[in-house]
Order: sequence, then structure tokens, then C-alpha cells
Amino acid sequence: MIFFIEVVLSGLMAGVMYSLVALGFVLIFKASGIFNFAQGVMALFAALTLVGFMEKFGMPVWLAIAGTIVVMIALAWVIERAMLRHLINQEPIILFMATIGLAYVLEGLGDILWGSDVKLLDLGIPQGASDWMLDNFDIYIEKLEIFAAATAAIMVTILAIFFQKTSTGRALRAVADDHQAALSVGISLHTIWVIVWSVSGIVALVAGIMWGSKSGVQFSLSLIALKALPVLILGGFTSVPGAIIGGMIIGVGEKVAEVYLGPFVGGAIENWFAYMLALAFLLFRPQGLFGEKIIERV
Amino acid sequence: MTIDNLSTEVLLRVEDVSLNFGGVKALDGVSFDIRKGEIRAIIGPNGAGKSSMLNVINGFYHPQRGTITYKGQTRNQMRPYQAASQGIARTFQNIALFKGMSTLDNIMTGRNLKMKTNLFWQALYIGPARKEELENREAAEHIIDFLDIQAIRKKPVGKLPYGLQKRVELGRALAAEPELLLLDEPMAGMNSEEKEDMSRFIIDVNLEFGTTIALIEHDMSVVMDLSDRIVVLDYGRQLADGLPGEIRANKEVIEAYLGVSHD
Repeated sequence: MIFFIEVVLSGLMAGVMYSLVALGFVLIFKASGIFNFAQGVMALFAALTLVGFMEKFGMPVWLAIAGTIVVMIALAWVIERAMLRHLINQEPIILFMATIGLAYVLEGLGDILWGSDVKLLDLGIPQGASDWMLDNFDIYIEKLEIFAAATAAIMVTILAIFFQKTSTGRALRAVADDHQAALSVGISLHTIWVIVWSVSGIVALVAGIMWGSKSGVQFSLSLIALKALPVLILGGFTSVPGAIIGGMIIGVGEKVAEVYLGPFVGGAIENWFAYMLALAFLLFRPQGLFGEKIIERV
Repeated sequence: MTIDNLSTEVLLRVEDVSLNFGGVKALDGVSFDIRKGEIRAIIGPNGAGKSSMLNVINGFYHPQRGTITYKGQTRNQMRPYQAASQGIARTFQNIALFKGMSTLDNIMTGRNLKMKTNLFWQALYIGPARKEELENREAAEHIIDFLDIQAIRKKPVGKLPYGLQKRVELGRALAAEPELLLLDEPMAGMNSEEKEDMSRFIIDVNLEFGTTIALIEHDMSVVMDLSDRIVVLDYGRQLADGLPGEIRANKEVIEAYLGVSHD
């Protein structure tokens, strides 16, 4: 039984890491209907910048984080100016292609600025197993994962308050709902886009920090975006809680399947289980668990 | 209202406005004015360019020719943000509410431009941002009372019946405390009771708040009752402009509406 709980817990924690990436996708998709292919690269770029600030400029952790946030906001501004503004009223597929381009630009930029070697990210986040959990419940769980889960919880709470209680949050939801009506009440699309991309840049930074602390800052980090896809299909592209819960279901599902089904099929279930689950969802519930059902009238 | 107590101060004037979509002429040299405090109707058969005209006024469409003079300032085109921030609010023919949001939230978005605190305070939801939110909430509640929609305050508007949605949309426009209110078919698809309610709201808004109103409507009895002056469009051209009595008697207008036999 203890072993089962351990498996589920470690799955939950891994799931939180997926959720962090998925969250960035959801924010941008909600407010602009764009599937941002560059979200994973944004996490990588943020982590690279953070490490660069610390290593090359010798900044203390807090200053490096603040600096990276400024960079991500500036990046959002540039993206709006140079890309989104010119693609207004274009088909979603065109915007999607543009974000693919953005992904390569960012990857190259990160390479040029900070080099392509694998970097250690040490922000002083506690590492290793949690002794307290081990002593009291005999359960093995990584401190970093608890830290990531707590951070995700705080971040989602702040985002929820921001979206539900503030006028900017309301404006964001308004833009997501109806562009024209939003314009008619004097909401500026440009400002809203800069805000959303900034927020999702900051979310990307958090994701980059967690993944970077876990496995080093390396270019394969941008590939975790692929794992966020099944999470989004499960949770729904437009739902913040969906991203979180979807991430956890994928995380737990993977681990449980690997441990209990793996031996029967020769293992390595973890690599494809998420995609199979996503495929099942696409067949039976394409809008995901929490997404909005879209009915096209013909 | 009679012509005597109408002010003659012009709030908005469009002059020689032409708008093309590809080869289609949506508007062709249209000129009229809207006086401060009046209810101005824009009528015409389907496809006459009425909605296009409203879209030009609030900046969704940019005309190829002509000028728009609003509050003494002449422009070749409006921009939506400009229009909204200078006191032009509107409703839409096909209802453009934020369907996932509650009635109250929809009306609060109408107060978007009244809210000025920066993002930092908002993110923390403390201090000035919270105070501002509460103040604007009060204004929104007034509008909810005014339109008699207290019961649906928290309901997501997508689930409301059509007539109520139209009312909420009016509420969102009113929340901006506009000087000029553009109503695109405020009574389309309503039964006669709902139409009466809506007419009453429009008159109340005009009298109590002194809001200038430009409205598009197909129900002629409503138009004749409500409006101070009427402009008639047909195929993008301006057919007539005058008092309800004059329009009713205008031969060309009757022909445009009823069709005429050329024999």
C-alpha cells in the first residue's frame, strides 16, 4: 500500500511539472485563440537567461529572477509589436505557424546569447528526499517536487484571483470571449496581448526553473512542450484548472501504468501512455474535461 | 418630444462618407448629423448600410472617403478605442456579450475605461485597485437596478433568454456612461411586451441621463414613436432625412419599403 501511495504521489508531482508548462499554453490560448508552439522554448529561454544572469553577471538569485521577469515582459512586448499586431484577423493556423517560427528564433537567440552547453541551475531549492515524509510516513518523495507543487498552487491561486477579481482579468476574459465587443467597450487588444504573453512568459520562467533544477538547463527542455499537449487535450485548452488537473492525471496515469502494467508488456509505458490517453479523449470527449464545448453550426 | 425643445448643438456629423468592400458599395456619400440629446433613427431595407454606418461611427470600419466630426473634432476615421474613450458606446445586431461571464461581469467590462489603477495593484488586489473595484461595482449595481435585472446578476449571460441578453447588452453600453449610444436593432426578435420594455428603457436613458441615441430599427411604429429625427438609407445611399411625419409621407421612402411597379 505504501508503495502504491508512493507511486501515486510521485506521479502527482511529475504531473505538476507538466501542468506548469500547460498553464502557459492555456493562458495564451484563452486570451487570443493562439496555440503557442513556442511555449516550451519560452521556458527554456527563461531558464537560460536566469542561469546566464547568475553565472555571467554574478547576480544574486533574487536579482536574476527579477531581471529575467523583465526580459520576459520585454519579449512579450516585442512579440506583440513584431508579430501579433501584423497578423490580426488572420486564420488560427497562420498564427500557429508564426509561433513555430518564434520557437526557432527564440531557440537560436538563447543559443547565441548563452551558449548551448548543459547548465546547472542552483537557486538553493532544497534537493533530495524529504526526511520528514520518510520518517513519518515511510514515503519517499523529492523535496524539489514538493516545492514545485507548492509554487504551482500559489501561482494558480494568484492567477485565479487576477482573472476573477480584477478589471484587467475581466478584460482578459472579455477579449477571450468576443474581440469585437471587447473593442467596443474600449479594451485595447494590443495591451491585453502584451499582458497575456508577459504572464505566460513568467509562468514559463517558473516552469523553466523547476525543470532546470530537476534535470539541468538544456535544449531538450523545449521538448517538454510535447508532454504538455496530452495534458491540454485532457484538461481542455481553455481551462486553467483543467491544465492543473490534466497534468496530474497524466502524471499519475503514467507512473501507475508503468509500475503495474509495465511488467506485462515489457515496460517503457511511461513514454507513450500520455499520448494514448489523449487519443482516447479525442475520440470520446474532444473538448477535454473542463474545456468549452464548441458546437459549429452548419 | 417636439422640435422646439431639441437642442441644435451637433454632437456628431458624418459628411460624404463612402465605404466599399471590394467592389460592393456599402455606403455611398452619406451625410447627416446627430444633435446633442436627440434620438436619431437610421432606417432602411435590409442591406441598406445601416449597420455599416454604425461601424464607421465607432471605428470598426474605416471609410474610403468622407469625414466624421465628433465633439467638434474632424477625422477621416475613428478607431474603436478612440470612440469608446470619447464616450461612444454601442450594442450589436447579433448580441455580442461575453457569454461565459455573469451579467454583473459583463456590465463591469463596460466600466473598463473608468478603471485606472495599474496592473501591479490589481495583481495584488489590494489598496487602490480594491477601492476602485468596489466603487465601479456600485455604479454597475445602479444600472442593474435601472434595467430591472437584479435576478440574473450572477447568471452567465450565455444561458439567458434572448430578450434579457439584449437588456444586459444595453446595460454594458450604459455602464460606460456614454454621451452617444449606438443601438443596432435593440428590439429585433422581441415580442411586443419586450419591445415595450425596451422602448421605455431607451426613452428613460434619453431623458434621465441626457444620452444622445442613434438607433437602427425595423419596427416602424417603434421608430415613429421613439425618434426625434430619422435618416433613411437604401443601397448605401441616403434617401431622406427629416422628422418622423415627413419621412412617413415621403414618396421615395414608401417606394423603397413597399417596392414600386414600373408600368
